[in-house]
Amino acid sequence: MDVKDIINPENFVYGKSKVLTDTVMHYCPGCSHGVVHKLLAEVIEEMDIQDKTIGVSPVGCAVFAYKYIDIDWQQAAHGRAPALATATKRLYPDKYVVAYQGDGDLASIGTAEIIHACNRGENIVVIFINNAIYGMTGGQMAPTTLIDMKTATTPYGRSVELNGHPLKITELIAQLEGTCFVTRQAVHTPAGARRTKRAIRKAFENSAQKKGTSLIEVVSTCNSNWKMSPVQANEWMVENMFPFYPLGDLKDR
Amino acid sequence: MAFKGAIVVDTEKCKGCGVCVANCPTQTIALAKKVNSKGYPYCYMEFPDKCTGCSNCAVVCPDSVITVYRVKI
Ligand SMILES: Cc1ncc(C[n+]2csc(CCOP(=O)(O)OP(=O)(O)O)c2C)c(N)n1
Ligand code: SF4
Ligand code: SF4
Ligand code: SF4
Ligand SMILES: [Mg+2]
Repeated sequence: MDVKDIINPENFVYGKSKVLTDTVMHYCPGCSHGVVHKLLAEVIEEMDIQDKTIGVSPVGCAVFAYKYIDIDWQQAAHGRAPALATATKRLYPDKYVVAYQGDGDLASIGTAEIIHACNRGENIVVIFINNAIYGMTGGQMAPTTLIDMKTATTPYGRSVELNGHPLKITELIAQLEGTCFVTRQAVHTPAGARRTKRAIRKAFENSAQKKGTSLIEVVSTCNSNWKMSPVQANEWMVENMFPFYPLGDLKDR
Repeated sequence: MAFKGAIVVDTEKCKGCGVCVANCPTQTIALAKKVNSKGYPYCYMEFPDKCTGCSNCAVVCPDSVITVYRVKI
């Protein structure tokens, strides 16, 4: 059968989610943020909750998430997305509220906000993009940067003596009584992306059931600041990030 | 059951990242020698006969520029 005969609306199996806008994302080629945006949009489309979902975008590369996913949005000060999401959810308890944060945002400047929102068990969804670096500002060390990893502020590699240990904040969050679902996923393969999507869906369902806070860490790449090609960055992530940040559910109740 | 597939790439919006190419199980796709108006080499079906319409390339595409079609054969 000829390609021309296959490309026909009745044979359509997969394409861009209707919840994504037509705006071209500003992300670098191959950036994990784009894949996670798409999965979030697909979940919102499949649950038919486009007009019931409010996102909170962070400070970081994902600051413009509101331009790409066609739902209502708030844009938080650096690290404050969980606080703004708390207020939003309490004012609009029938809406789904999702905070989207990077590792600098969530695990550094916003440590207090995420810990306390999770400890209070706010009925929100948190998507946490851990690319082990401050992407937006040019690749400085983040709390999540691995030992020996070179960044703009650790040009010889992160050392425990000088910079302390990488922070496994997701493990900390899983200890808190207020969280119901804490998982770590990755989107570099189709199987990983599909698992991440299922986790996002479960998180939204948990918030409808008022089970508490759900947090999905996505171990991610920042190929530009890691100074690798997108494909190399995915391979580096598998080899170096996964041993320290192992994938899987940390908590599900 | 066997499937035959085909993809359509929005070549102007493709950023040439190559993540799709690395995830195609049938080595159907490649990055073109030509570039789009932004200078990115875009994804295309180098060997269209091999495509099974599995959607793997489209699922991992960060820019959601691949549409997948599939027929049973
Ligand atoms: C109060 C404040 N402090 C510092 C900054 C500078 N700043 C912007 S983004 C960023 C870090 C972002 O890193 P991350 O949260 O990991 O997001 P990524 O870009 O890696 O996705 C910093 C420190 C700021 N905008 N506001
Ligand atoms: S700087 Fe890093 S995190 Fe930001 S868009 Fe580029 S690759 Fe993605
Ligand atoms: S994954 Fe998407 S943006 Fe990247 S090369 Fe393939 S089609 Fe282009
Ligand atoms: S649909 Fe599957 S077989 Fe076809 S190009 Fe994409 S990944 Fe390859
Ligand atoms: Mg980061």
